[in-house]
Amino acid sequence: MRVVAARSELCSGCRACQVLCSLARFGVNNPKKSALQIIGHFPEPGVYEINICSQCGVCAEECPVEAIQANETTYDIDADACTNCGICAEVCPSNSVTQHAALEVPIKCVSCGECVEYCPRSALVWN
Amino acid sequence: MKGIHQKILRINLSNGESRIEKRDEAFYRAWLGGRGMGAKILYDEVPTTANPLGPENILFFGGGPLSGVFAPAAGKASFVTKSPLTGGYADSNIGGHIGPELKYAGYDALILEGIAPGPSLLIIDDDKVIIKPADYLWGKGTFETEKALKDELGEDFQIAAIGPAGENLVKIACIQHDYGRQAGRLGVGAVMGSKKLKAFAIRGTQDIPVADPAQLLELGKKAFLSCYSKPGFEEWTPMGTAGVTNWVNENGAFPTRNFSTTYYPGYLNMNGESLLERILKTDKGCFSCPTPCGKYSSAAGTFKGADKEEKFEVMVEGPEYETIALVGGNCELASIEEVAYANYVMDDLGIDTMSAGGIVAFTLECIEKGVLGKERFDGRELKFGSLDSVLYLSELIARREGIGDLLAEGVKVAAAEIGGNSEHYAIQIKGLEQSGYDSRNAPAMMLAYMTADVGAHHNRAWAIWFDVEVGVDILESKAERVIQLQHIRPFFDLMGCCRLQWVELGLELEYYTYILNAVTGCGYTWNEMMQISEKVYNLTRMFWVKHVPGIGRSWDWPPPRMVEEEVPSGPSEGKKISIENLNWLLDRYYHLRGWDSNGIPTAEQLQKIGLPECVKDLN
Repeated sequence: MRVVAARSELCSGCRACQVLCSLARFGVNNPKKSALQIIGHFPEPGVYEINICSQCGVCAEECPVEAIQANETTYDIDADACTNCGICAEVCPSNSVTQHAALEVPIKCVSCGECVEYCPRSALVWN
Repeated sequence: MKGIHQKILRINLSNGESRIEKRDEAFYRAWLGGRGMGAKILYDEVPTTANPLGPENILFFGGGPLSGVFAPAAGKASFVTKSPLTGGYADSNIGGHIGPELKYAGYDALILEGIAPGPSLLIIDDDKVIIKPADYLWGKGTFETEKALKDELGEDFQIAAIGPAGENLVKIACIQHDYGRQAGRLGVGAVMGSKKLKAFAIRGTQDIPVADPAQLLELGKKAFLSCYSKPGFEEWTPMGTAGVTNWVNENGAFPTRNFSTTYYPGYLNMNGESLLERILKTDKGCFSCPTPCGKYSSAAGTFKGADKEEKFEVMVEGPEYETIALVGGNCELASIEEVAYANYVMDDLGIDTMSAGGIVAFTLECIEKGVLGKERFDGRELKFGSLDSVLYLSELIARREGIGDLLAEGVKVAAAEIGGNSEHYAIQIKGLEQSGYDSRNAPAMMLAYMTADVGAHHNRAWAIWFDVEVGVDILESKAERVIQLQHIRPFFDLMGCCRLQWVELGLELEYYTYILNAVTGCGYTWNEMMQISEKVYNLTRMFWVKHVPGIGRSWDWPPPRMVEEEVPSGPSEGKKISIENLNWLLDRYYHLRGWDSNGIPTAEQLQKIGLPECVKDLN
């Protein structure tokens, strides 16, 4: 599997990755349509958490309609088979699979690597 | 035109009604957003009789077409209002994530008007707008307020809140967001407090309309890569704005002891290196910022209290340069840890650290000179170099207790009331306390303060760099450069971008027009953007003309210390700018701007730059 790893201690919480992800994946400018999320924990302990897919496959195991399949490098959602039931988002151990009200299929990382290439902090790297 | 929703959310807090206002594309095309759109709406709507803290004043909040898009540091927004501190035009800029969030919620701007019947909270959740009582938050500090709202509403809401100072209508009250970003200056927090609005919370899930998303993606990537390729990316980022502390001292411009001198030997204990090596916990960036100046710190220490040794341990965003200069140097604190603690206390109270540093230092000088006696301060011994004094005065100001009620009006009003020649060292222009660069050895910077459209603020034209670059003794070209900078800055404020990638890294300005056009589809040219900036700058000057009787040349003049006293020590020792030279600079500036010798735009000039509607306000 091709996996993006998070080095959250380097993250500055700017969310450039999220807005880049939405543009690269969906052609829209909307960080709420992103396959990764940055969550701040302030004022204490003062750290950022990065939720990003580890391609662990739990979503594929739990999908009731078997709409998530492993290909060579990632687990991908088959949009035609998906019923948008949201179980994949519920079971995701990294909380990185999300649903958006305006989309008919949950958002899941396809390891395209755009965030790795452009993160200003090098907080996202290839595992 | 894209990059906008063509929706402005207008809320009347007096009756709780909210409505969507749709303006035509020509309006957006002409004013873009943020500072430009806000200034235009303020100019048109707020009557000259409006008390800044009354129901007729508005509090505008908004970014621009680039707020929230994939471009370097496209996370800025402006609060625009009539300032309770100066009585004139005000905008106060804020970073973090709340400007973009307003765009994701589907609005270009938010306009607050009226006064709520009681303490209130505004929640904007996409198209749901709710106003509810906020008695449970009233009186709380900014940190506790934001935490309570995040716990209540969810981490994904972006919050802006005032502290006790805003509630108490303290005229240097700020609005805080994201545990440490502020719209700091000019008392915007007091305007929010006057409207009885404790906080607003925004969450949005919508796309920002973009004319050419593929081009935005490509240009955004190139702009980020260009940032990474600059030497400043590695050199400037680790310390952020604190990194300039050494340079300002080495060039003899660091406010020290209420601007009595311009070099503070103690700066080495509160510079960028001190921050980086001793207290930095994590960088904390604004939206899409490649070079975060937000430094989240953890500081601890002890200090001499009124009657015993006191301890502190605190986490705070900062201190940034202006706080280091105006609270650290200007009050002569001992260390970056002490500045960090004062920074935290001021943030929590909700006062602008810049004006607060100026007012505290002014008060300490009044005490030192015997103009203010001990009896005004519960018999306490207050002095420069004492963290306890800084904290005590900050509390008095934020709570308007005792003489704090007068100090909360700012140094201009306080000095007029206190008398005893204290106006000589009340360091302000047009009522706004001066930023953290002494300009007696920097003529362009001096002129920038004199002609800034909000008072003595550095952010309209950070011209001191130019002074050092071309020579501090040279007057020629300074007025030209100040005007040029005063036009470049609005360009960023209208788009909703930070200018620091241009200032500190040298990111090419062309990127911004390219990206602006990819987002808006409008085909703006650089010249057109500069013409819009000139229009905005004249409009805000005209706001002063319209609202402040007697405004003119004398209002642009620096305080007596800055004109009469030579710098007594440090690299700028013996320096001051003569009255003759100051007049030469001002005359040159007015001439270049097409203003008369009293600094008032002429009717001809207003017509020429596209502000015919302002001509009637000349009389």
